[in-house]
Amino acid sequence: MALALGLAACGNGGSETTPADGGSNAAAPGTVKIGFMGDLTGANAGIVIPPRNGAKLAIDQYNKTNPAVKIELVEYDSQADPSKAVALAQQAIKTDKIVGLVGPAFSGESAQVGPVLEEAKLPSISASATNVKLAENGWKYWHRVLPNDGVQGPGIADFIAGGAAAKNVFVIDDKSEYGKPLADAVRAQLATKGVKVTNDSLDPAESDFSSVANKVAAAKPDAIFFGGYYAAGGNLLKQLRDKNVDAKFLSGDGSLDKGLIEGAGADNAEGALIGCPCYIATPDVTDAKVKGFADAYKAAYNADPAIYASEGFDAATVFIEAVKAGKTTPEDINQFISTVDIAGVSKQVKFAPNGEVEAKDIYIYQVKGGAITLLGKAAEAKLG
Amino acid sequence: MNDKQTSVAGFRRRLGHAGDVVHDRWQQAPGWQRWAVYLLLIVAALLLPSETIGSFMSPDTDWATILFFPIGTYVLLAIGLNVVVGQAGLLDLGFVAFYAVGGYAMALLGTRMGWNFWVIMVAGILICALSGLTLGAPTLRLRGDYLAIVTLGFGEIIRITARNTDEIGGPNGIRGIPHPPSIEGIYIGDVEIFKYGVLDPRPYYYLLVALAVVVIILVKRWEKSRVGRAWAAIREDEDAAEVMGVPTFRFKMLAFAIGASIGGAMGVLWAAKSISINPNDFQFLLSATILAAVVMGGAGNLPGVMLGAFIVAWLPERFRGLQEYRMLIFGAVLVALMIFRPEGLLPSRQRKAELKEGSGGMGTLGAEVPGPESHGEEVASK
Amino acid sequence: MFNDFINQFWPSTVDGLAFGSIYALIALGYTMVYGVLRLINFAHSEVFMIGTFGAMFVPFVLGINSALTGLALVGVIVLMILAGMLASAGTAVALERIAYRPLRRRGASRLAALISAIGASIFLQELFALIVIPNVFDRPQQGRIQMALPQIMERTDLFSIAGHPVKLHQVVVVVAAVGMMIVLDRLVNGTKIGRGIRATAQNPEAAVLMGVNIDSVVRMTFLIGGGMAGVAGALYLIAYENTNYYIGFLFGIKAFTAAVLGGIGNLRGALVGGVTLGLVENYGAIFFGSDWKHVISFTILVLVLMFRPTGILGESLQQARA
Repeated sequence: MALALGLAACGNGGSETTPADGGSNAAAPGTVKIGFMGDLTGANAGIVIPPRNGAKLAIDQYNKTNPAVKIELVEYDSQADPSKAVALAQQAIKTDKIVGLVGPAFSGESAQVGPVLEEAKLPSISASATNVKLAENGWKYWHRVLPNDGVQGPGIADFIAGGAAAKNVFVIDDKSEYGKPLADAVRAQLATKGVKVTNDSLDPAESDFSSVANKVAAAKPDAIFFGGYYAAGGNLLKQLRDKNVDAKFLSGDGSLDKGLIEGAGADNAEGALIGCPCYIATPDVTDAKVKGFADAYKAAYNADPAIYASEGFDAATVFIEAVKAGKTTPEDINQFISTVDIAGVSKQVKFAPNGEVEAKDIYIYQVKGGAITLLGKAAEAKLG
Repeated sequence: MNDKQTSVAGFRRRLGHAGDVVHDRWQQAPGWQRWAVYLLLIVAALLLPSETIGSFMSPDTDWATILFFPIGTYVLLAIGLNVVVGQAGLLDLGFVAFYAVGGYAMALLGTRMGWNFWVIMVAGILICALSGLTLGAPTLRLRGDYLAIVTLGFGEIIRITARNTDEIGGPNGIRGIPHPPSIEGIYIGDVEIFKYGVLDPRPYYYLLVALAVVVIILVKRWEKSRVGRAWAAIREDEDAAEVMGVPTFRFKMLAFAIGASIGGAMGVLWAAKSISINPNDFQFLLSATILAAVVMGGAGNLPGVMLGAFIVAWLPERFRGLQEYRMLIFGAVLVALMIFRPEGLLPSRQRKAELKEGSGGMGTLGAEVPGPESHGEEVASK
Repeated sequence: MFNDFINQFWPSTVDGLAFGSIYALIALGYTMVYGVLRLINFAHSEVFMIGTFGAMFVPFVLGINSALTGLALVGVIVLMILAGMLASAGTAVALERIAYRPLRRRGASRLAALISAIGASIFLQELFALIVIPNVFDRPQQGRIQMALPQIMERTDLFSIAGHPVKLHQVVVVVAAVGMMIVLDRLVNGTKIGRGIRATAQNPEAAVLMGVNIDSVVRMTFLIGGGMAGVAGALYLIAYENTNYYIGFLFGIKAFTAAVLGGIGNLRGALVGGVTLGLVENYGAIFFGSDWKHVISFTILVLVLMFRPTGILGESLQQARA
C-alpha cells in the first residue's frame, strides 16, 4: 500500500497547478509544497517509510480542516544515494519550488544536501538523521527533531553500565557512517565508567559473521553492543546464539525494527535491548495526544506506528504550524522554526540555534514475546 | 526462426554499411570541415544544460546536475577506461579505484593542506599515475582474466581500506571539501560561469567539458602515434608484438598510467563539487557500469565510448518515472545490445575487422563454432 | 594477539572449512564454464542467489516454521538441495541459451560476453527484488529486505574440538559439499558426458571433428555448474538461515577469487581455493579484525598469483587431471 501512495504522490509531484512563483511575493498562495526526502524504495526503506507516513498523516489531517492555504507533500526517493539526493534537491528547489523539506532521512545524504539547501535558504527538518557532525556545519536552515548519536551513544552506554549492570562489554560496529560513530560514542562512555570493552567490526554486506562470533565467545562478555542496522544485527544475533553466547544483546535505533527479530529468530531475539532517541507510540499508551496519533496512524496505514513515525509527524507539524501562522516563504518559515515551541507527539519540539532539538531523552526498548516493547527512558529503565 | 535471424542480420549489415559511408565521408573531409564539426560539437555541449532540453531529457530530476554527475562523469571515466580496455586490450574491473584515489587526493589535500584546486588537480593526476604504475608493476605480467580479478580486488581493497582507516575519515569520509576558486561577475547568459558555489552545477559542468576536450585531444594524439600502434599490436596478439620488438610491458604500464590519470582527474573534479565524499561512492558496480559503457559504445572508438557512457548514465535517470523498474530494464537492455551488436553501438573499424576474423581483439569464447548465420566467414580461430 | 589466535584457532578452522566448502561449490561453476568457454560467467553469482531462493521455497510451501528432527529433517534437507539445484541449474541453462549462445554464434569477443553477463546479473537481481520475492514469497514491498528461513534444524552440538563445540549444521554442510564434489569428479572423469567436456576444453575444433556436439556440451557444463551453485545455495540457507536478492554479489566475487586462487579451469583447484580462502579469511580476521576480511583475501590472491601465475594447482581441465 505504501508503494501505491508513493507512486501517486510522485506522479503528481512537479506537475501541480500552483503557479511557479515560489510564493515569495504572492499574497496568499492557495497551496504550498513541502518535500519529503529519503530512501523510499532501497534496502533501508523500512526505517524511512514510517516517518514518511507520519508526515503524510499530519498533512492529510491538516488539509481536511479546509485551511486557507493547503499543503502538498512532494516525495523525493533518494534511495540513500547522496548524489541522487543532491540532484533531487536541486529539482525540488528550482522546479517544484518547495518551501520546506522533511528530511533527508539519512546522515550521508544530509551531509551533501545540507549545503545546497543552505545556499537556497530552504528550511529542512530531518526526522531520522542522527550523525553528530551535521550540526557542526553552522547551517542556519537545517534542523532535526531527534537527539544525535552523541546523545544516543552515551545514553545507551549509561544504561549498559547502570540499568543492565554489565562489567565486560563487547562492542561491534558495522563500519557504516551511522554505526561506527554510534559505537565509538558507546565505547568512549563505557570506558569512563570503568567497564572493560573489547572491539570488532563487521561488514554488513556479508552474511557470515562467525569470525566476530568467535571473538565474542572468546571474550566472554556479559553484554554486547552492536552499532548498525537491523539486517546485519539480526544475523549477528543469531550467529552469536548459535555459538552458545548468551550475553545480553543491545543495539541502537538502526536495529529498532521487527526485521531484527525476524532475522535472529524470535527465540534468539527474546530479551534483546534496543536504544533509540525516538519515542514509538506502543498500543498501550495512555497519553491522549500520543494515543490519538497512534489510532489515526493505524487507521490510515493499517499498521502500528513504527520507528520515527512520530518524529516524521512532528517534523511535518512544525511546517504546518508555520503555514497556519501565515508563513509561506522559506525565509519566514525558517524564522518561525527558530522560535517554535510546541508539544509534539514524540517530545516537546524546540530547536537550539544549531538546529538540534532541545529534548534529549533516549528510550530503551526490549524484545518480549517476539514484539518490541517500551522499557522506559534510558536513564531510568531497569531490567526486571 | 531462420528467416527472422537472416532479416535481423541483414538489417544489421545495412546499418553497418550506413555507418561505413559516414565514416568514409569523414575520413575524406577536408580539415576545415572537421574543425567546424568539432567546434559545433563543443558549442552543443555548452548549450546542453538548458531547461528546454532538460525538461525532455530528465523530467524527474535536475538536468544540469545530472549532466555533471552521472553523465559527464561517466563519459570522462569511460574515455579513461577506453585507453586501458579499448586500446591496450587490458581487462580492468577495478577502474573505480583510480577515481577514488583522485577523489581522496582532492579531499585530503584540500581540507588538510589547504591546497588550491588547480594544484591538487596536477598532484592528483600524478598520484593516480603513480598508483596505476604501482598496481600495474606486479600484475601486468598476468594474463587477461587473472588481471581482471586482480584489478577487481584492487578496487575493493582501496574502498575497504578507506572505510577502515579512521585517519582519513573512515566510513564518514571527508567533509567540507573546498570548491575550485571562483572568479565572480563573469556572466554568459544567466550563468555566472566561473563561480563555483553549491547551488548552480553549470560552472562545474563547463569545467568538465573543458577537461574532456583536453583529455580527448591528448588521447586522440596518443592513439595516432607510435604508442597507439603499439597498443593495437598488444591488443591483437601480445606474443607477436613482443617478438616484433614492442616492449609490451612498458606500453601496458603506460596505458594503465594514462587511464588512471584520467580517472583520477575526474575524481578530483567530482570531489571538488561534491563537498563531501565517502567510501561508498566507489563501489564495484561503478567499475562494471563504466566497463559496460565502454564495451556497449564500441571499445576503442572514442565517439562510441562517449555515446555508450551517455546512454548508461542517462537511461536510468530519464526513466525515473518507471520508478524501481528502471534497473531491471537497464539490465535487459545491456544483454539485448550485446546480443544484437556485440561489437558495440559505434565500433571502431579495426575492431570490426578483428571481430570478423573471429578474434575480436580480446580473444574469443573458447568453444566457438561457426553458427548458422556466419556463412563460413566467422571461422573458429584458436 | 597471538593468544587470541590460539584461543580462536579451532572454531575459526571449523567455520572456515564450512564456509570454504560453500565457496568451493560455487567456484566449480566458474571454473567449469571457464575451462570450456574461456568466459568469466559473471552472472554465476545470481545463479547462486536463485539457488538460495529455490531452497527457501520448500519450507515456504510446506509451511514449516519450527525445527524438525529425524526423517522429516533429512527429507526436507534433501528436498531443499534438490529445489536449489533445480532453480540454479535451470537459471544457468537459460542464461547460456539467452545471454551467451547468441554471442558465441557470432564469434563475439569475450568482453561482450562479460558485459552481457553483467547485464543479466543486474536483470536477475532486480527480477527477484521486484517480482519474485514480493509475489512468489508473498512479501509485498519487501523485495529488497532480507528474508529469513525459520529454523528447521536445531543447533545441536555434535562433538567438540579442544573445548569448542562443532555444530550439526556445520558437519552437514561439509559432508554434503564434499559428497557433491566426489560425484562431480566421477561425472567428469568417468562418463561419456565428462569426456565430451574435457575434450571441448582441450580443443574445441578437434572435439567438433570427433563428433562432439559442442552446444550440448556447453549446455551440460552450465547445467552441472549451476547445479553445484544450487547445492551451495541450499547449504548456505540451512546453515545461515537468511538470504536476499543481493547475496550473490559477494559470494560471486569470493568464489571467483577462490577459483582463480586454486587454478581456474581446474576442478580440484576450486576445492583447494575455496577452502583456502575460507580458512585464510577467518584466520586473518583474528589478527586484523573482521572488517579486513576482503582485503586479506584479495591480498592473498595477488601474492599467490605473483609466485604461481596460474593459481595453486594450475589450470588443467584440459589436461584430464580435472
